[in-house]
Amino acid sequence: MAKVPSNLYYTETHEWIRHEGEKVVIGITEYAQSKLGDVVFVELPSTGDDIESGAPVATVESVKGVSEIYAPVEGSVWELNDELEDVPELINEDPYGQGWILSLRITDESALDDLLTAEEYQALLEEEA
Amino acid sequence: MKLIWERGKEGRRAYWPSPSESPEVSLEELLGKEYRSEPLDLPEVSELDVVRHFTNLAHENYSVDANFYPLGSCTMKYNPKLNEELANLPNFLNAHPLCMEGLVGSIEVMYRTQDLLARISGMAAVTLQPLAGAHGELTGLMLIKAYHQDHGEDRDEVIVPDSAHGTNPASAAMCGFKVVEVKSHDGLVDIEELKKVVSSKTAALMLTNPNTLGLFEKNIIEIARIVHDAGGLLYYDGANLNALLGKVRPGDMGFDVMHFNLHKTFATPHGGGGPGSGAVGVAKKIEPYLPYPVAVKGPDGYALDFNRPKSIGKVATFYGSFNVIVKAFSYMVNLGQEGLRGVSELAVLNANYLNALLRDVLSVPYSEGVMHEFVASAENLGLTALEIAKALLDFGFHAPTIYFPLIVHEALMIEPTETESPETLEEFADTIKKILTDPQKYKDAPAKTAVKRVDDVKAARHPILTKAQLDAEKFN
Repeated sequence: MAKVPSNLYYTETHEWIRHEGEKVVIGITEYAQSKLGDVVFVELPSTGDDIESGAPVATVESVKGVSEIYAPVEGSVWELNDELEDVPELINEDPYGQGWILSLRITDESALDDLLTAEEYQALLEEEA
Repeated sequence: MKLIWERGKEGRRAYWPSPSESPEVSLEELLGKEYRSEPLDLPEVSELDVVRHFTNLAHENYSVDANFYPLGSCTMKYNPKLNEELANLPNFLNAHPLCMEGLVGSIEVMYRTQDLLARISGMAAVTLQPLAGAHGELTGLMLIKAYHQDHGEDRDEVIVPDSAHGTNPASAAMCGFKVVEVKSHDGLVDIEELKKVVSSKTAALMLTNPNTLGLFEKNIIEIARIVHDAGGLLYYDGANLNALLGKVRPGDMGFDVMHFNLHKTFATPHGGGGPGSGAVGVAKKIEPYLPYPVAVKGPDGYALDFNRPKSIGKVATFYGSFNVIVKAFSYMVNLGQEGLRGVSELAVLNANYLNALLRDVLSVPYSEGVMHEFVASAENLGLTALEIAKALLDFGFHAPTIYFPLIVHEALMIEPTETESPETLEEFADTIKKILTDPQKYKDAPAKTAVKRVDDVKAARHPILTKAQLDAEKFN
């Protein structure tokens, strides 16, 4: 079973979210990277871009296809993991660590309450399996 | 295989011109100094080197003329040679586009092709100008945009189902629309979800029917009503028209605009053998916006009508892929109404037969009511969809489409088309069964093809696109 760290929030579209004050760090889950297969390209937005909740914010391309990464909450793009441009396989190798994709300055922290908890995401994975 | 640069030797030539009797003139004097004076780095080869090189290259080519080509959603049917013969008649082949207005026979072919396509689809009018399916989509969306603008409507959203061809959202975005996705339920458009996303912003819903799972959108009349009630239009992606010829018409289902892939449904070559042709059909109310010129039949015979004040303009130079249009016309006329209906019946029968042959070994998540193609899943088989596809190459088959549509995990999308015999389908099914009995054996397939297993990850991460990069790679 894919790893689901308990200190993170999750979405139904398989993004994980780490809350750090007014910042949220976003990546894709271990389950998502295993389904995507080898990641070969990551397209990142520009810092400062304002993103609505649920809007596509980055693109991850694997040998199987292209997937959008959706902003789990509303905010503006704060930091980007530029390293992914040269080493996209970090997403496969360390999805919860060095494979983080970007961070957002969150507009409204209460929006985090709408995200899935680790238990809820785990249940979702069991349903999909 | 060697590159043509790797053949031959310095100074070798295929042809030595006879000594000229004309006086020699200096190039510099004729062209000036800014022109290149160094010789180009061209291969230096004999005529036989050239002939062998290209003949051997041609032998490496895979085509439907060579073997079975079940590439889902692509309708890789056999292209009857009669169509080639007719398109190669000197009067078609040598017609110069600038002389077209005088070439009444060619205009008649265009007119009658427009007319046949309109009758097959239940559309009021057709343009033959777009050069490919995606180009047809873009043209269709430009027509939808023109229609709404002309009616003072500001609509900027296009709805596409999650099972759609990737070209649908791409074409909509290219045309300046915002793409809104609608989810599927049991492989079909979810009516309740659709109701939630339609609004006064909806310019159109783009739909393929049967959809990419090979399923007929049976609620199409209700879908059309929901979209039309909101003031939107319906776009039909004709990629899967091969399932419906002579059975049901997009126009009767409520579609307002559609494209035909002449290179799929109407048997003109594609997949490297192209070019394509993405003719677009429209309902009466969209006709004024069609690209000009349109072939018409007037009191003085066949002519090209350029006088179309509301036209979106031209979407291609001249008249589209004219010789492709001749082939599609020949195909339709040769088969006739009954023949075309037979095409769809056999295409659906073949897909269902192959589906039944493979049922024991491959799961087909949405197999109820499959039409001209089906999507199997390679989950939990010991080989991934990619590995099965690669293994098939060793047996001389073209791979099916894999990892599409996205709503099926490890998807293998198989479309046999009507032109295959039951024996070929049985051989293909037996081959898949054989591969799955001994999965380990095929993990590194293909072993017998000219190019062995490609490292697709490395190819994507570090593509070699130029000869300089290739030389550097070899050096490393």
